[in-house]
Amino acid sequence: MNNYVIKRIGLAILTIVIISIITFFGMNAIPGGPFDSEKATSPEVKATLEKRYNLDKPIVQQYGIYMKNLLHGDWGVSVKTGRDIWDTMSKSFMISAKLGGIAIIISFILGIILGCLSALTRNKLPDRLIVFFTTLMTAMPSFVLATLLLYLFCIQLGWVAVWSAKSHSYILPVISLALYPMAYITRLTKTSMLDVLGQDYVRTAKAKGVAQWKVIYKHTLRNALIPVITYLGTQIAYIITGSLVVENIFTIGGLGQKFVNSITNRDYTMIMGTTLFLAIILVIANLITDIAYKIVDARITLE
Amino acid sequence: MFNENRILKKNILSAQVDLSKFDFATEEEKRQQDVMSESTTFFRDGMRRLRKNPLAMGSIVVFIILVSVIFIAPMVVPYRYSEIISVEGVRDKSAKNLRPFEYSKMEKKYMEKGGKVFPHIFGTDEMSRDYFIRVVYGTRVSLGVGSFASIIVLIIGLIYGSVSGYAGGKTDLIMMRVVDIIYSLPDLLMIILLSVILGDVLGDKIQGSIFSKLGANMLSLFIVFGLLYWVSMARLVRGQILSIKSNDYVLASKAIGTPARKIIRIHILPNCLSVIIISIALQFPSAIFTESYLSFLGLGVQAPMPSLGSLANAARSGLASYPYKLFFPAVTIVLIVLAFNLLGDGLRDAFDPKLKK
Repeated sequence: MNNYVIKRIGLAILTIVIISIITFFGMNAIPGGPFDSEKATSPEVKATLEKRYNLDKPIVQQYGIYMKNLLHGDWGVSVKTGRDIWDTMSKSFMISAKLGGIAIIISFILGIILGCLSALTRNKLPDRLIVFFTTLMTAMPSFVLATLLLYLFCIQLGWVAVWSAKSHSYILPVISLALYPMAYITRLTKTSMLDVLGQDYVRTAKAKGVAQWKVIYKHTLRNALIPVITYLGTQIAYIITGSLVVENIFTIGGLGQKFVNSITNRDYTMIMGTTLFLAIILVIANLITDIAYKIVDARITLE
Repeated sequence: MFNENRILKKNILSAQVDLSKFDFATEEEKRQQDVMSESTTFFRDGMRRLRKNPLAMGSIVVFIILVSVIFIAPMVVPYRYSEIISVEGVRDKSAKNLRPFEYSKMEKKYMEKGGKVFPHIFGTDEMSRDYFIRVVYGTRVSLGVGSFASIIVLIIGLIYGSVSGYAGGKTDLIMMRVVDIIYSLPDLLMIILLSVILGDVLGDKIQGSIFSKLGANMLSLFIVFGLLYWVSMARLVRGQILSIKSNDYVLASKAIGTPARKIIRIHILPNCLSVIIISIALQFPSAIFTESYLSFLGLGVQAPMPSLGSLANAARSGLASYPYKLFFPAVTIVLIVLAFNLLGDGLRDAFDPKLKK
């Protein structure tokens, strides 16, 4: 167990290092320095600026400086706005984290409930409706869903106010982020519930007269949820990438929108900082998921 | 020594089965043992099961209709995807944002004079281009990206996975560590990042070459697919090969001195074909998803070439007035992805029921 955790943490650190190498050297491979596109600057000013930002040093050394600053919590400044990247990121991340967090919780709760319902009413009407709905949802890209919701509830029906500085309505963005993972969790829960329902210990519990809800809650659900845990890492990845488009559609000033804006503005340092930040979150999420799975499922450690 | 049925007489002390106690089978009894159904191949058996699956067959029909529309429509419709509508050689500025099957003022005048105008089935866009043909070309681009990306993934994954699985030992260990690392990279983030980088790096270099029509973004999308998306295919192929490798016929083939490449090609790959086909069918929609996602972020195909994602993105600005412009590409994406998901599930159930989780 300890061996596994150490190995897994090692892989996570290696992944982060590789991502930082790809981002840093990739961004530096783009032709044109950060001060080329500005208004005509005299060579002296340019040289001073380059010296100020260590751009005159060899690239490997620049990477070393960048990583050292990163470890001290200094993410650098945006090329376009001149603002501190960490300031911008931490502010906007709070909004994104709230949005994503609500979406994750809702999709898990609803997904598990619908999955149970579907498994218990197998091949009956509720199950068929749920299967139809989830199949449709997994074929719908988040940006299509978000735009449709925006059109229907904000523009046509006017039920929900469009996101603005005054009104923060999380409903529609959360729905558009949560539906796809919810559909996936529903399917996952259903198959694993059906699997567990066929086990001998469930039959034994039923035979000795344990109440139906107790069989489901104590004997079935607890075991059926183990595979669902593994989905958490993938889900966080989905929510992060989904939030890039959803935040843009609903014009929410979260990290996703900042990231997309920095791509359209070609704000290279900001792209670098945000990618690295999001990647670190993802790698940590995957790490926690893997370790949690090992802890929960005792069968794996025995093998 | 023999009795009347020409069966060896039993020695009284022997423990042998007494054959004289058995009867010969009658003709009727013999016939019961006949195999009535024709012998079937693995492929035919799978196809029979697939044909019984209405969802999978429905998806095949939808897919065939889509493909025939995108091939026939450009021949029937006289407009081109980048063409601004003109009447008698004059640019028709009144043909902006027409509703489906609506004609512009100039077109109406022309029709009164007796001229024929092909109807705008989906209307026109804000630059007076026929929207139907744009959606058709967008579908073409999206399907093309899906199939090309799947082919790249297939080739790299297949070669890498089979080498790693067949070689085994230290080679396998090192090759799989590489796969593990690529697998743990957040793929969409890396795709966005690499698209930005490659788009800018390649932008100038491909000017004038055959790739320039494709656009730097598209090219970088394929490169990124080739760099990142093959890992799950490689893992799958390796796993299959590891289990097939231990079969006796592979050992026999090795014993008579067949070279490794031939063993992989003749004995091993055909046996993991079903798994590969299924995973390609499921890879396809994910490639289309990724392409539309990137187009939506402005990292997809180069204007004026449309893709379903970029059409949906462009439709966002006039959403309140022209919602149907979002509707058409959105429905097409959902149809394609739905068809492939259902077909992939159907193929899996028909050819490899073990894979079903």
